Amino acid sequence: MKLKVNGSAVEVTSEADTPLLWVLRDELQLVGTKYGCGIAQCGACTVHMDGRAIRSCVTPVAAAENREIQTIEGQAGEQGLSAVQRAWLETDVAQCGYCQSGQIMAASALLAENPRPNDAEIDAAMSGNICRCGTYPRIRKAVHLAAQWMSEERGA
Amino acid sequence: MSDGLNSVQVSRRRFVQATGALIFSAQCPVTFSGKAHAAGSGSIMNSFVRIDANNVITMMANNSEFGNGAYTVMSMMLAEELDVDYRSIALEAAPTTPEYYSPLFREYLTAGSVTTGSTFIPMRTAGAKARAMLLDAASRAWQVPLAELTTRDGAVLHEASGRQSPYGDLLEAISRFAIQPPETVALKDPSEFKILGKPAKRYEGPGKVDGSAEFGIDIKLPGMLYGAIARPPVHGGSVVDFDASEALAMPGVVKAKAIRAGVVVLADSYWRAQKARDKLKITWDRGANAGVSSEQFYSDYRALADTPGMLAEDIGDALGTLSAADDVVEATYEMPLLAHATLEPMNCIAQIEGDSCTIWSGTQYQSNDQEVISRFLGIPQQNVTIHRPLMGGSFGRRSSKTADYTVEAVEAAMGESVPVQIIWSREEDIRSGHYRPLFVHKLRGSVDESGMPQAWHQVAVGQSLMQGTKHDPTYMVRGMDIYSLDGCLQEPFGVFPYGTSYQIPHHRVESHNAPRSGIVPQEWRSVGHTHTGIAYECFLDEMAHKGGIDPLELRLRLTKGHPRMNRVLSVLKEKCGWDTPLGPGRGRGVAARIYNISPVAQAVEVTVADNGDFTVDRVVCVVDCGFAVNPLGVEGQVEGGLAYGLGGVAFGNIDIVNGEVQQSNFHDYPVLRLRQMPKVEVYILPSDEPPTGVGEQATTPIAPAVANALFNATGRRVRRFPLSSQGFNLV
Repeated sequence: MKLKVNGSAVEVTSEADTPLLWVLRDELQLVGTKYGCGIAQCGACTVHMDGRAIRSCVTPVAAAENREIQTIEGQAGEQGLSAVQRAWLETDVAQCGYCQSGQIMAASALLAENPRPNDAEIDAAMSGNICRCGTYPRIRKAVHLAAQWMSEERGA
Repeated sequence: MSDGLNSVQVSRRRFVQATGALIFSAQCPVTFSGKAHAAGSGSIMNSFVRIDANNVITMMANNSEFGNGAYTVMSMMLAEELDVDYRSIALEAAPTTPEYYSPLFREYLTAGSVTTGSTFIPMRTAGAKARAMLLDAASRAWQVPLAELTTRDGAVLHEASGRQSPYGDLLEAISRFAIQPPETVALKDPSEFKILGKPAKRYEGPGKVDGSAEFGIDIKLPGMLYGAIARPPVHGGSVVDFDASEALAMPGVVKAKAIRAGVVVLADSYWRAQKARDKLKITWDRGANAGVSSEQFYSDYRALADTPGMLAEDIGDALGTLSAADDVVEATYEMPLLAHATLEPMNCIAQIEGDSCTIWSGTQYQSNDQEVISRFLGIPQQNVTIHRPLMGGSFGRRSSKTADYTVEAVEAAMGESVPVQIIWSREEDIRSGHYRPLFVHKLRGSVDESGMPQAWHQVAVGQSLMQGTKHDPTYMVRGMDIYSLDGCLQEPFGVFPYGTSYQIPHHRVESHNAPRSGIVPQEWRSVGHTHTGIAYECFLDEMAHKGGIDPLELRLRLTKGHPRMNRVLSVLKEKCGWDTPLGPGRGRGVAARIYNISPVAQAVEVTVADNGDFTVDRVVCVVDCGFAVNPLGVEGQVEGGLAYGLGGVAFGNIDIVNGEVQQSNFHDYPVLRLRQMPKVEVYILPSDEPPTGVGEQATTPIAPAVANALFNATGRRVRRFPLSSQGFNLV
């Protein structure tokens, strides 16, 4: 089966019903995408498929065939870290950090769709991503900061 | 800070004195390996610092990083005295040898929010001693007086001659002149701090935004097999027989075998192991716990609470005062079992080679893991090597006294020639974990003619964390577990100098250790406070109501003998605008606790709808953590600590029926989500006192403060938790 992950074509051999999460982690060794619940309740496994945030723990790899998959390892571009990643660092969001790959992927998908979300929109879009360390206040702050930076960069 | 902090000897004594909670460390000196091992390739300056010729400075970290900020504060302390950027320091998890044991616990254990306090002097001393050796080396090599040398950005400088040398270039001179670490060393005066006390971003932060941070679950070793375990439906159950024929026919599956934890399936990927595990046909012996239930615990514990317990404290004459009182307030508070639900589920890799065992495990408690494994395998403790990666949360779960998730991986790896990684599914985590024990507290109290609390009688019933464990001698006092009474006592109790900052004239507290149930109790962020905080602070609110005194005013009056808490409460009153009226459907609650010796108080504002749906709109938190080593880290721990407690009190509930845990995943064991997170204001009181930790501090008041705010808004007391079980739903 052919996948396109972080811009590269790859061939995988896992069974068609294997969740994309485990193909990424165990077959492609892209372990930045995390397992948290296996039933799309926590968001730790969030990746982009054709630019939209999906839960890779409930997405069979067959459904990802010939789609563009982006994982946390593909967030940074040629210019380095994405605005969302930089905002995360600037705001010192992470504590244990385990959920943050998923949080960053969810935030970047949100900002692609809604460049200047308000608090309520952030709450709505990001409440599927659990953080047990409770970094939520800083997640809110960092999403706003990333939105601001992205709009400045677009203007420049 | 006082001048005393200039000298290691003086400041260590002062530190121990001031942190009364930590007094049991007094006899345990901080250890350093006595001699420097200067060598061409690098130099071990002391147990905590290695400098290599290429100028890489490596810190040996003997406290675990699971979100607590241990690596950040420890590298800051070392960097401060070494005059380097804390982020330039490389870090290794220190090996499991006694020189790295916590000076407090005398074990290799990261717990109790003591990392910052217990490393504040040792890590700085390690840095200062290394710096002293480098200065000595430069002085001799350059033949200039020591007093003319300074250090900056990882180099020794001689300003008069303009000569300078990076640390790594001085290793040869250290070796040539056989320079040894000094016996004593002067530490910087706090007025000279460039790093400590300033906001610092997380040391290991960069790897946590690009996916490169390596957690235990991420480790891949050559040939490694993945294991998934089918666990008994009842805690303590065991395998009678199993049929693995269907599982073994599945792709990638290598083997299925019975171990103490259940039946493990080994495969070449975790998904394959998990899928095959679900095809096992197992006959279980449900064991001794097949009949246990949470409701039975509650009714048994309530009955026990009506009988006299072991007497922990009896100040004045509480029983006499209560029997003479016209009006006695009485309430029973009931708190459920709670799972930790770390986002990274338990996992461990084990490899056995001959009489040696190597494990890769996110753990708070590696000396215990080492001990349990060595006993299990019958091999010497030093033959057990532990690699400790980052952890996706812990909250107490990874300080397992049974080493449950560690030793089962070792058992699964027995007879295998390759490493085996066991990963728990979320369902296993919720159903087969260790839990915050279920507790019942019965309280009676009376107020005097001025409305102030006069008598207080509390009986705590729950399973002890420490009874019968190797910690029994330290944490059990006359048969009572000090954690069952966390923050409830006015007088010293065991290693705790006191529990509460409140002074009530007639104060009697009793304790029952509930019978051991086969459900393994485990520390849950802030330990006993998770239930005692609710019982004590909510009942105090009931007393305030009975006496007609404002609850915050009451706490101010009760803490007149405790200046630190009194100051925290005064600041809280001002910052939260306590006297500003709130609109209809809204309420305000307060709670104040001492964790270790750190006072913390929170004021909470809620809005409650007619159907019981409520929001927590605002939390104002004032903390006194002594000198705040990293204010940015403190703020994060406070926000996160209260978020953890808020989720727990709102909907945390592990319910057992016929021995089986009824919850299984985040849909029926909900945890706090972003939309439920209140606005939080954190005020850190400036302080010259030695630092005390904040990892658990802010978890202690949030649950009672929210319950008290709900009462203030609705007039309805919750005495059985979580709130969701009583019609209050956090939305």
